[in-house]
Amino acid sequence: MFAYYTRLALKSFRRNPGLTALMVIAIALGIAVCIMTLTVYHAMSGNPIWWKNDRLYTVTMDNWDPQEPYREQPRLPPPQMTYKDSQYLFAANIPERKVVMYSTNGVISQAGSVTPERVSTRLTSADFFSMFEVPFLYGSGWSAAADSPPQPVIVLSREENDKLFGGMNSVGRTLRWNDREFRIVGVLDDWFPRPRYYDLTGGNFDPPEKAYIPFAWGVELELLSNEDTDCWKPEKIDTFKDFVASDCIWLQMWVELPDAAARARMQSLMDGYWAQQHKAGRFQRPRNNRLTNVAHWLRDREVVANDNRVLVGLAFAFLAVCLINTVGLLLAKFLNGAAVTGVRRALGASRRQIFIQHLIEVGALSVLGAALGLALAALGLAAVHHLYSAAHLGHRGGYQELTHFDSVGVVWALLLALAATLAAGLYPAWRVGRLPPALYLKSQ
Amino acid sequence: MLKMQDVSKIYRTDLIETYALRSFSLQVSAGEFVAVTGPSGSGKTTFLNVAGLLESFEAGSYELDGTDVQRLSDDARSRLRNERIGFIFQSFNLIPDLDVFDNVDVPLRYRRLTGANRRERITSALDLVGLTSRARHMPSQLSGGQQQRVAIARAIAGDPAFLLADEPTGNLDSLMARQVMDLLEQINEMGTTILLVTHDPELARRAQRNVHLVDGQISDFRAYEPRSAATEAARA
Repeated sequence: MFAYYTRLALKSFRRNPGLTALMVIAIALGIAVCIMTLTVYHAMSGNPIWWKNDRLYTVTMDNWDPQEPYREQPRLPPPQMTYKDSQYLFAANIPERKVVMYSTNGVISQAGSVTPERVSTRLTSADFFSMFEVPFLYGSGWSAAADSPPQPVIVLSREENDKLFGGMNSVGRTLRWNDREFRIVGVLDDWFPRPRYYDLTGGNFDPPEKAYIPFAWGVELELLSNEDTDCWKPEKIDTFKDFVASDCIWLQMWVELPDAAARARMQSLMDGYWAQQHKAGRFQRPRNNRLTNVAHWLRDREVVANDNRVLVGLAFAFLAVCLINTVGLLLAKFLNGAAVTGVRRALGASRRQIFIQHLIEVGALSVLGAALGLALAALGLAAVHHLYSAAHLGHRGGYQELTHFDSVGVVWALLLALAATLAAGLYPAWRVGRLPPALYLKSQ
Repeated sequence: MLKMQDVSKIYRTDLIETYALRSFSLQVSAGEFVAVTGPSGSGKTTFLNVAGLLESFEAGSYELDGTDVQRLSDDARSRLRNERIGFIFQSFNLIPDLDVFDNVDVPLRYRRLTGANRRERITSALDLVGLTSRARHMPSQLSGGQQQRVAIARAIAGDPAFLLADEPTGNLDSLMARQVMDLLEQINEMGTTILLVTHDPELARRAQRNVHLVDGQISDFRAYEPRSAATEAARA
């Protein structure tokens, strides 16, 4: 009967092409607006490394003032770590990969060429590149051996390599970073994770750094962070040595844990360390040691602006308006065909069969609406994409994240259209089945 | 067999109640050809709708082939209607965007018959009404008489026990009307019970029995002589 009902639906569309087109357009507009806003929402709030959501965790411990929680989110520990705590945890062998890092500014120069330039630089560990799946155009990251003692190796962003070397393969060449010679070991390909989940202390959507050097250079060269450094405790800090020994937080720490058992071991390590420090007089707030995956991290750090949520709400409200109109049009269409329905009832169709027949017609409408809605959404997204400029989009972080939603989004759009339109069509389909057939048989 | 006992059908509005059928009792045996006559508003069509399970009723009982129809669910009533009853309407009620073949196919679709079985029944029904060659024509391409013959083919394709005809010749000229009546008689002779609602006393005389309705009640029963003689007389 499904094929028969589908054939009847197509005949019905041909009988009322204008009305059918109106309904398809109404559904398509609602679906398109929803897909567009959801896509933009997803692109801005989505997890740029969703495929590692069960492996990547940021490490945080509440070392803050016993009298007052850290800033406006009292249930959460501070988002960064102290040097001493991070170094203790970094020494553990539990994680498959681990990173302690911060961002600073350095001055890059080349002998006899361009003028020195101040560039944002991330001091990090070797695992950074593999852990966050950073793409390379040339070369690679440095080895773990280069972490400590730090070797003079540097990785450049593609943009910086374009500027300094005209886009040539610069691996093996040297440059000066803060008056010290560094050897280039790798050049990144386009990489712009949005939001910049690995370090949210600056702008959530700031671009990544232009250069990367081993973390230990920070201590060696006594480099302070160019982003948030928060201290709560009155401490005598006269030297960099005092600073790294203080309770000031300024480092981001991430670990990659392969499974739940590793996560439990890491959590246990943190809790054990906390207990030991607590006994020694530190960590006087309630125990709050966290391993937070990227999705929860973005939620905890309130990366998504309320405006975006409002926009999504408005989009769904618009879809509701479109569907309410569709309900009206469907009712008009079905009631207009009540005489034929009466004939079918007289010839033996039950209410249930009439309901199913009309529901399949609604389903066919929703498929058409979804298809047109997808096309409209693709056009709209192309416009949004153009608006945001393609310059910064590349690899998995930016453009791919949008297209990632597109591929899954097709399924979602179809499901959304089917669910929404079927819900909208339930009443008209039910209503037409309840019509007294005798009344319409006489009126035909 | 169709058996109605003290059936009452009431149409209600906020202000008034109208008895379309009042304590209506009728028994029709298998193979009978019964004409139902009466003035406009006498309840003829309501009787046919109740008999065809298209309308419920407020009081009394109705058995169709021994089944108490009032206790049936909508699904069961629809199945009974589909399998046991064929309808013929004054205005033909063909579905305009289905061709002749597909119109005749409609009741068979709801019976979930195989494609081959449906095709065989449709061909046979169209053959009986003489429209095999018009199987792929649309209703709008047929004359009124042809449309009514398609409607008859549709009504009999499922081989129903009862054929309910509501003024089947009302929209036809006399020649066409006679052809349709001939067809109905032929179908009746094949064993199908026919209930014919008509205004036309001449047509009513071609039935074996005439039931006259006034204000929802039977006012007169009249049995006629065997049809063969009556038919000849009418044809003459």
